[in-house]
Amino acid sequence: MERMSQALSWVLLVLRDQGPVIRRFSGGGTVIVDKDTVFVTFICNKDAIPGLQPYPRPIMSWNSQIYEHVFDKACNFQLRENDYVFGNHKFGGNAQSITKRRWIHHTSFLWDYKIENMAYLKLPTRAPEYRLARSHTEFICRLKDYLARSEFIDKTISALGSHFSMEHVELEPSQQSLAADFVPSSREITMQEMEEALAELTSEEPAAYSLSK
Amino acid sequence: MASRLMWASRAAASRLRISTLVHPRLFSSSEIPKELKYADSHEWVRAEGKSATIGITDHAQDHLGDVVYVELPEVGAAVTQGGSFGAVESVKATSDINSPVSGKVVEVNEELNSSPGLVNSSPYDKGWIIKVEISDEGEMNNLMGPNDYSEFCDKEDAAH
Repeated sequence: MERMSQALSWVLLVLRDQGPVIRRFSGGGTVIVDKDTVFVTFICNKDAIPGLQPYPRPIMSWNSQIYEHVFDKACNFQLRENDYVFGNHKFGGNAQSITKRRWIHHTSFLWDYKIENMAYLKLPTRAPEYRLARSHTEFICRLKDYLARSEFIDKTISALGSHFSMEHVELEPSQQSLAADFVPSSREITMQEMEEALAELTSEEPAAYSLSK
Repeated sequence: MASRLMWASRAAASRLRISTLVHPRLFSSSEIPKELKYADSHEWVRAEGKSATIGITDHAQDHLGDVVYVELPEVGAAVTQGGSFGAVESVKATSDINSPVSGKVVEVNEELNSSPGLVNSSPYDKGWIIKVEISDEGEMNNLMGPNDYSEFCDKEDAAH
């Protein structure tokens, strides 16, 4: 019942504020992203990293080692369960998609956030153990409080460069090379779908329905 | 509009430590079902004439972690040997499921919609994923038997 109420309140908030919702093709939980969010994505062939098994935990562990060279020791950077944290405060969430021949590992870094946006995120049903039922504002931290944005980007590139040969590529020409019939599986959820979800939820929990503007 | 830049990298040499965490296998080699055939992408198939039941192995579910959602194909969809037909979503990852045989999907395990964890708790029984009408029974010869599959898993874990 509590899980249903949480889902219902989330849908009501999204419908009230008309915020865009994207269902991504990779795994992971719900994140709030904005113009400041820093995304780092690795797209690799299955055998790109010698000795790395293409499964979630090995990929996660390998990826975390990149960032060990980015943050000062004083930040107490760690991989805890599936999150990137300073101490026990999360600043990066991870998601993956694994196919037969390739895998993608994606991190959303919480550069900054507005407190009011955290209202969209309730305590998830499946929360990491180290979260200890903390609210979002007690659980997360802003990466911008630890280093400058340019420093983070430069150090990440430098960390990669010490292990791989790097090549700077313009994105627009790469987008043009996509097949004409390519249909991305990540897509925006329509307001109609959100309203249908609301109808389904309220049919199971009519007493909890309330939409205030 | 500022150019959005993408960094591409080629792994010339990786000096990163590779996780050597080896997950304990829930099924010993002697417990891998003897009547099944196995694909190198860790799916199993139980064939009875032209009817096949397909799922992912214990090795696969162990490495993927807790399954939270299974993307099932439509009944009637065509599948090809080695081709993807759906996906298993664990806590932080989605992983393609590939069909060990070619044919047509005749049934999907609807139980997985409400209980995706059956893939973890009962990978060879209640966690079955699809049933297929096989189009080419000869393709079964391309698959591994239980002993070969067990060796394959041991080699794969030892190599990493």
